[in-house]
Amino acid sequence: MDWKVFLEMAPSGGMTYLGWLGSGVVWTLTVSSFAWIIASLVGGFVGVARTTPVPWLRAIGTVYVEIFRNVPLLVQMFLWYFVMPEVLPKALGDWLKQDLPNALTLPFAAQFSLWELTAAILCLGLYTASRVAEQVRSGIESLPRGQTNAGLAMGLTLPQVYRHVTLPMAFRIVIPPMTSEFLTIFKNSSTALTIGVLELTAQSRQISEYTFKTFEAFTAATLIYIVITLTVTFAMRALERRVAVPGFIAQAGGH
Amino acid sequence: MGGEFDWSVIWKYREALWDGLATSFKLFGIALSGGIFFGTLLAMARLSSLKVLSYPAAGFVNLIRSIPFIMAIFWFYFLTPMIVGKFTGQQGEAVGPFTSAIVAFIMVESAYYSEIIRAGIQSIPRGQPWAAYALGMNYWQSMGHVVLPQAFRNMLPVMLTQAVILFQDTSLVYVVGLKDFLGAASKGGQITGRIVELYIFVAVVFFLICFLASWGVKKLNARLAVAR
Repeated sequence: MDWKVFLEMAPSGGMTYLGWLGSGVVWTLTVSSFAWIIASLVGGFVGVARTTPVPWLRAIGTVYVEIFRNVPLLVQMFLWYFVMPEVLPKALGDWLKQDLPNALTLPFAAQFSLWELTAAILCLGLYTASRVAEQVRSGIESLPRGQTNAGLAMGLTLPQVYRHVTLPMAFRIVIPPMTSEFLTIFKNSSTALTIGVLELTAQSRQISEYTFKTFEAFTAATLIYIVITLTVTFAMRALERRVAVPGFIAQAGGH
Repeated sequence: MGGEFDWSVIWKYREALWDGLATSFKLFGIALSGGIFFGTLLAMARLSSLKVLSYPAAGFVNLIRSIPFIMAIFWFYFLTPMIVGKFTGQQGEAVGPFTSAIVAFIMVESAYYSEIIRAGIQSIPRGQPWAAYALGMNYWQSMGHVVLPQAFRNMLPVMLTQAVILFQDTSLVYVVGLKDFLGAASKGGQITGRIVELYIFVAVVFFLICFLASWGVKKLNARLAVAR
């Protein structure tokens, strides 16, 4: 064991190997959070669409979920990164590959460009949206039908029923599955290393390649993953307790 | 690329692609059976009243589940040759990449399957093993003849869903350079420069396999639901 290796200067970035790990954490969190925003927005809409009585909305939702859920994430990553610029109109494809990378130099010793980052975020976000959509749908479907009917009987329109009756309850029901979806996106963000995004897993492998201290490098990354996972889990449990509706979802409040 | 597609490259590379797909299925089959076997043992250990069994099992499962799949693959890829080397006295090439990848997949899948199996075992009323013990069965007999057969039936839908996910996850061996279906396409793409056609083809094939499998699982669930 030689843990002092992290204090040695890394060959690039003007920082120590510890700095490389830090950069990896920053990019892991950046990719996961932006992808999470896409996943919850798109996934929320798709999930709700599948519960509406409107046939074409349900159809679009079903097609979306089936496509994104039945192709491996890694294959989707390659489709976004390698295939998309080639099938788009040539000018747009060239812009993605040549101009976007030059538009902005990424901070924190990134060693990759804005295009890799964008592809990774889009891919992870839209893939996870299909999983989020399923959670949202089953959350809404788990509500008693009487709630929607009561809302409609009171003269609310369907959008109003969703806004004031269904969604506030569904939101609380889906918090626990959403927490595990966020943790999934956080872990899946390591797939971005295949298109060159140096996130935490990639940095730990890079450190192991430069220093041959594989055990130390992998252990450090593993510990960081565990700490972040635990932090998110505790934070979400606190949120769950805060928004719990008394009398519903009894397991959340522990009362 | 010039915007023109040339799909003939798929026919030209059919043998490499076929071998890749066969590798993917082989990996899937071994990881699935190994994952369920060790997952069952892990679940039994976790539910054991002996702390020397339940604590390490819980620790292993939680550790594997809180790190990325790719990180776990890197870990076992690094550890397997080292540990095997220590036992056999051989260094370096004692274990090939395929074996290391298989060990990684079995380990990770057993952690994921153990959680499903644990839930399945816990869905069996407590009175059942008690009744088995009252009839004079020992632990293994009550597990093997009473609890597990019912538990497996209850958890079959979730296990099959997880199997479809596992099949998709086999593509992750790409990170250690193994030539599975995706790896074969990648290699062909590098040689011919026709990466677009090959990746689209891989995506379509994966989609068809997983879509049909998921559809089959759904049909089976509907049948089991009626049977109950």
